[in-house]
Amino acid sequence: MLEFFFGYLSLVIIIFSLLVVLSKNAIHSVLYMLVMFFHVAGIYLLLQAEFLAAVQIIVYAGAILVLFLFAIMLLNLREELSAEQLTDGWPASLAVVAGLLLTLMLSLGGFTTTFNGSWSPEKIKEITFTKALGQALYTGYILPFEVASIILLVAIVGAIVLAKRRLN
Amino acid sequence: MIPLHWYLWLGSIVFCIGIFGFLAKRNIIIMFLSIELMLNGVNISLVALSHYMQDLRGEILVFFIIAVAAAEAAIGLAIVVSLFRNRTSPHVDEIRELKG
Repeated sequence: MLEFFFGYLSLVIIIFSLLVVLSKNAIHSVLYMLVMFFHVAGIYLLLQAEFLAAVQIIVYAGAILVLFLFAIMLLNLREELSAEQLTDGWPASLAVVAGLLLTLMLSLGGFTTTFNGSWSPEKIKEITFTKALGQALYTGYILPFEVASIILLVAIVGAIVLAKRRLN
Repeated sequence: MIPLHWYLWLGSIVFCIGIFGFLAKRNIIIMFLSIELMLNGVNISLVALSHYMQDLRGEILVFFIIAVAAAEAAIGLAIVVSLFRNRTSPHVDEIRELKG
């Protein structure tokens, strides 16, 4: 049963990632990306990471894609539909990517891990994933957590400074 | 039980599609979308490894990656908007003022 769900989710993720890259219209690309993000959230649910699935939908689908749509609609890309979509060197990049993909597929086949940490699936199920992640985040990883908030603050200030019109 | 390498394969396929989009597309907004694709491929691998190794570190890393991706999208799109103010083309191969 789990294999069926995994097959469905991965099929949709791969097809819609290809559509994002290959579609001519940028708005269509963003909407395909939305479908793809929801299915990635499904993969996180399969992996018992329900908090990350919620964050994926809220942050990626809710915030980042709305930002993308806003930027695309702000800029007039009407003539873009008839323009050439790919650079002149696209066969070279296709070759590089095919080589990388082949290497990854062959080297990762049958990969397993024998390392066992202290968070077994049963233990996470007992205290819920959100609580486990929150405990780890607010004890062992409190400094990176604060640094992330500073990064977000810098991003807000930087975006305003970059995008505002210069005042004379 | 789904084998771990299925998830790693899925993550690498999404990552490679992202690299192709970043290298081959001319539209700068699609290039930003491709970066998000690559980040998602890495996130799938990290969550899968974290789950199968029974450890929370990968999932914490994914949490921070999502936060940094939000910051990166805001800055990147601000750069795109300010780029459009000076020129009207979204094509990266036409932006070559620094070439000399």
